[in-house]
Amino acid sequence: MRARVLIRPKAGILDPQGVAVERALPALGFAGVGNVHIGRLVELDVEDAAQLEPMCRKLLANPLVEDYEVELLDGSA
Amino acid sequence: MRFGVLQFPGSCDEVDALQAARRVGDAELIWHADRDLKGADAIVVPGGFSYGDYLRAGAIARFSPAMESVIAFARDGGLVLGICNGFQVLCEAQLLPGALLVNSNLRFTFRQVELEVLNSGGAFTRACVLDQRLSIPAKHAWGRYHADPDTLVAMDRRGQLVLRYAPGENFNGSLHDIAGVCNEAGNVFGMMPHPEHAVDELMGGSADGLKIFESMRLTVEGVHSR
Repeated sequence: MRARVLIRPKAGILDPQGVAVERALPALGFAGVGNVHIGRLVELDVEDAAQLEPMCRKLLANPLVEDYEVELLDGSA
Repeated sequence: MRFGVLQFPGSCDEVDALQAARRVGDAELIWHADRDLKGADAIVVPGGFSYGDYLRAGAIARFSPAMESVIAFARDGGLVLGICNGFQVLCEAQLLPGALLVNSNLRFTFRQVELEVLNSGGAFTRACVLDQRLSIPAKHAWGRYHADPDTLVAMDRRGQLVLRYAPGENFNGSLHDIAGVCNEAGNVFGMMPHPEHAVDELMGGSADGLKIFESMRLTVEGVHSR
């Protein structure tokens, strides 16, 4: 089964990468941009979807500073 | 007194750590795949880019066989010093509270920093005096210390905030200017600046980093003589 894990900085923690992109976009003429946050995307095949949650807590994300979201993808090989 | 200095694929400061430790005692390298800590009295987890810093700095190194032994060693009260990437590894291993995030300036920064000793009674700073300034180089991109507010208050109360950047020196955006913290028991300590690069005045004009290694020696020998 194909799964996708989205990892993003927790709300309230300074995300300087997001801030840098938020400042760069208007400089390129894209107006009305706000609240930019930059995270990580992990895609993987797993046999047992129940393992995804502990995998996230133990390795894929650092729950102290990051939130994560697991999504199972349809039509996986 | 014998130090064990870990070496991961991607470590780059293990030789300086070894040389620094040898100024106060014996020291030996321990390869990451080796579970045997070779009878070390204290462990140094050195700087570098263990396992390429893949995923997050320290996230993979934390599960290496040598680190499993270091975690058990620390739980038994053994002294563990983490420097830079080593600090990140100890946070990932949950031997230390908090996490290191990307510098607020988004840059890898290499500069000499002035530190202040906030707790001179501990295992890693007992050769210092309170409020003493240490001049030590720092070089990292992921050194912004973060812990939640309640944790920081508790750490402050327990004296776990050991080193801070002097006024104007906090280039990475660490909360409360934190440069080095210890665990609740006081036997595990992590700092972002590199004491092992400041052990001889011929190199950068400061030997202040030796104070950290000297403090560890005093702690180990104090324990042994009891």
